[in-house]
Amino acid sequence: MDDHERERGSDAEQGFATMDDLVLKAGGWLGLALVALVFAALAVDTPFAVHMIIIAITCMIALWFRVSRADYAGMARGLLKMPADQGAYDDDPVRWGVIATIFWGVAGLAVGLYIALQLAFPALNLEIEYTSFGRLRPLHTSAVVFAFGGNALIATSFYVVQRTCRARLAFPGAARFVFWGYQLFLVLAATGYLMGVTGAREYAEPEWYVDLWLTIVWIVYFVVFVGTIVKRREPHIYVANWFYLSFIVTIAMLHIVNNLAVPATIFGSKSYSAFAGVQDALTQWWYGHNAVAFFLTVPFLAMMYYFVPKQAERPIYSYRLSILHFWSLIFLYIWAGPHHLHYTALPDWAQTLGMVFSVVLWMPSWGGMINGLMTLNGAWDKIRTDPIIRMMVVALAFYGMATFEGPMLSVKAFNSLSHYTEWTIAHVHAGALGWNGMITFAAVYYLVPRLWGRPRLYSLRMVNWHFWLATLGIVFYAASMWVAGIMQGLMWREYGADGYLVYSFAETVAAMHPMYLIRAAGGAMYLAGFLLLVFNVWATLAGRVREEKPMTETPHNAAADRPLAPVPAE
Amino acid sequence: MADHKRIDEVTGTSTSGHEWDGIEELDTPMPRWWLWSLYATIVWGIAYVILYPAWPMVHGATEGVLGWTSRGQLEAEMRADAARRAPVMNAIAATPIADLPAKPELMQAAVQGGAAAFRVHCVQCHGAGGAGVKTLYPSLTDDDWLWGGDLATIDYTITHGIRNPDHKETRTSLMPAFGRDGILNAAQISDVVSFVRTISRQEKPGASSARGATLFADNCAVCHGAGGEGGRQVGAAKLTDAVWLYGGDRASLTATITQPRNGVMPRWGERLDPVTIKMLAAYVYSLGGGEKPAPAPEGPKADGKP
Repeated sequence: MDDHERERGSDAEQGFATMDDLVLKAGGWLGLALVALVFAALAVDTPFAVHMIIIAITCMIALWFRVSRADYAGMARGLLKMPADQGAYDDDPVRWGVIATIFWGVAGLAVGLYIALQLAFPALNLEIEYTSFGRLRPLHTSAVVFAFGGNALIATSFYVVQRTCRARLAFPGAARFVFWGYQLFLVLAATGYLMGVTGAREYAEPEWYVDLWLTIVWIVYFVVFVGTIVKRREPHIYVANWFYLSFIVTIAMLHIVNNLAVPATIFGSKSYSAFAGVQDALTQWWYGHNAVAFFLTVPFLAMMYYFVPKQAERPIYSYRLSILHFWSLIFLYIWAGPHHLHYTALPDWAQTLGMVFSVVLWMPSWGGMINGLMTLNGAWDKIRTDPIIRMMVVALAFYGMATFEGPMLSVKAFNSLSHYTEWTIAHVHAGALGWNGMITFAAVYYLVPRLWGRPRLYSLRMVNWHFWLATLGIVFYAASMWVAGIMQGLMWREYGADGYLVYSFAETVAAMHPMYLIRAAGGAMYLAGFLLLVFNVWATLAGRVREEKPMTETPHNAAADRPLAPVPAE
Repeated sequence: MADHKRIDEVTGTSTSGHEWDGIEELDTPMPRWWLWSLYATIVWGIAYVILYPAWPMVHGATEGVLGWTSRGQLEAEMRADAARRAPVMNAIAATPIADLPAKPELMQAAVQGGAAAFRVHCVQCHGAGGAGVKTLYPSLTDDDWLWGGDLATIDYTITHGIRNPDHKETRTSLMPAFGRDGILNAAQISDVVSFVRTISRQEKPGASSARGATLFADNCAVCHGAGGEGGRQVGAAKLTDAVWLYGGDRASLTATITQPRNGVMPRWGERLDPVTIKMLAAYVYSLGGGEKPAPAPEGPKADGKP
């Protein structure tokens, strides 16, 4: 099926494609572009004007696509279009999503490495506002979480929901809008950070107009996903889709409540939160913790529930466990946020509840790990022969480690030592690099040959190199930050026998310098592994297949494979 | 496709009978250790919310049977530590600051405590170890004092700060902006600079410094002393040595005379208790430049007695 047919198919699902329809839609894009230009002209600050110009350019590109790719011949004949080929999956948005995942992954990891080096060598701030740590740090977190992770989630959810429902995507035009709309959100967020636009809410830094745009995109995403589930040809909804759906619904709720704000002017980028004081802090951490829960845990478990059994070619370990751990996970996670505010102005009762729910969350989290790892029952040998399975196993191991560490750090006694130290950084990176990164790499390696119709990846041995570079990188990263965090915590609270603090703050910073260097080295290894993925995927797309020794062969010496001959007695 | 259960060969477990895109599910019972661990955390959670403050009510929240509060815990810990340190603190409080050096153990405790407080409150400007920052904040490690270097004087300076406009007892003085306000013209300032550099033995006397000597006597000597030996009553710097807070080269001196900095230090009497300030004074005193008290009390009791 060529692009032309595909395009016509997607138009047809929305009904008649007439000249009037085309004029209406093209006119809509033009109108939006003009509105954006008016806002740019009236803007009270430069970043807002820049953003409005970006939006106007985007609308013009959409207009150009709409006009240049329309089926004029079909319109002239006034034909009712043929419905889309319901016998094929709609994988264009998945293909784009995989490429976007890789693109943003390089950006996010490279910025992460750069700011890790800034912490070791502050001169790398370059005394330029655009490259200062304060602006690059949210760029790093958003690039890896929302751009790399988000694109991986949107792409895999479109892939998985179609296959496990045995149905083509509902609303193909809307699915394309979700993909491109999400990229626009990411561009506005990233450029905003560099220009110093921030709502000052961690992991939700974009300002009010970008938040509104994401809300629209997200609701459309929900419609596409639910629409596909509704038209499914399977009697039951597969567990991966429960996880994806709870992710889409809950992220919408979290995003809207956390970003309730009043713009200072609708022609400017500044807004003020609807909440104040400790309520504001709790709202932020209710959101912040559940971004970890419903963005970095729940939908990645959905990926796990599809790609692990597919790659291992084994059934899911336990249906009952998947039901119980799904419901307990989503019920408990939403209450755990206050553990980010231990020993603060937050009332004691809220701190208690945050801690208790976090500890009870331990087993529901592990349910996913058990279901993933035990699915390999009967296929354990693949850990030796299949680097993609290896990545999945390490991902699940880090998931288990991070979801044990999380409840532990939420206990006040641990938190009083770990909070505000690099231990937190170790914790989130064990989760992000180990769990989210590795499971995403595995999914990308699984998807690429299938999406582009290639016999296999360019090189499996390169996947193995990626695996080892990434794993060692994580070990360096997490170990150095654990040591740094515990050292930092102990130094801060170190009292001499005379009852006075032993160290000044600056001394703790100086003591961490070697740990910062090791962390940067770990990050560099992780990035190097990711660049192997980029090359491998590029070569696969180019249609190349590397001649290499397969990884599945275990040497067998037939000559030695026999019993020792009995020795005759004297 | 759905609803045909089968026994999985490898594990001997039945499948659930569902199938999606080739994925089946085993009907394995939940692992017992997992289930019991989940129950255990739930039981622990119930016990914890009974013992500690937990459930929000219409007014306030349940207090927990232990009666624990985070503020209460902090107060108890602070009280316990205060009690432990009380003997030394009380002894330091009861000893007039000038008598501290006579009690070596007490003096040592005070220096230790002062060092800790210094690391928290003072290093931001005066630097780790009190070495100061060139052209910004004075070094405390030498014997060149602006306002005086004996224990009681240091204590007074820390307590009341320097040039706090809203505080009556603060150390204060104002060197005129000779250049900016046109009191001296550029040539005259250059002459004064020559004179200052002569008395600090950086330049040989000449015509310029000779003219500067007269200008110095008329404009500067009232604070800095006839020979530039400084005046601690008004924090006027000593100009005859090699220690320069704002630089001793021609350009820096010209800048200082044109528009003086008149540096400011907060008064710590508002933020720290008297014992901590006493200990800070002892620490600063111990850094190397501590002086014996002036032989005759000047300041408050100066009533003409020699």
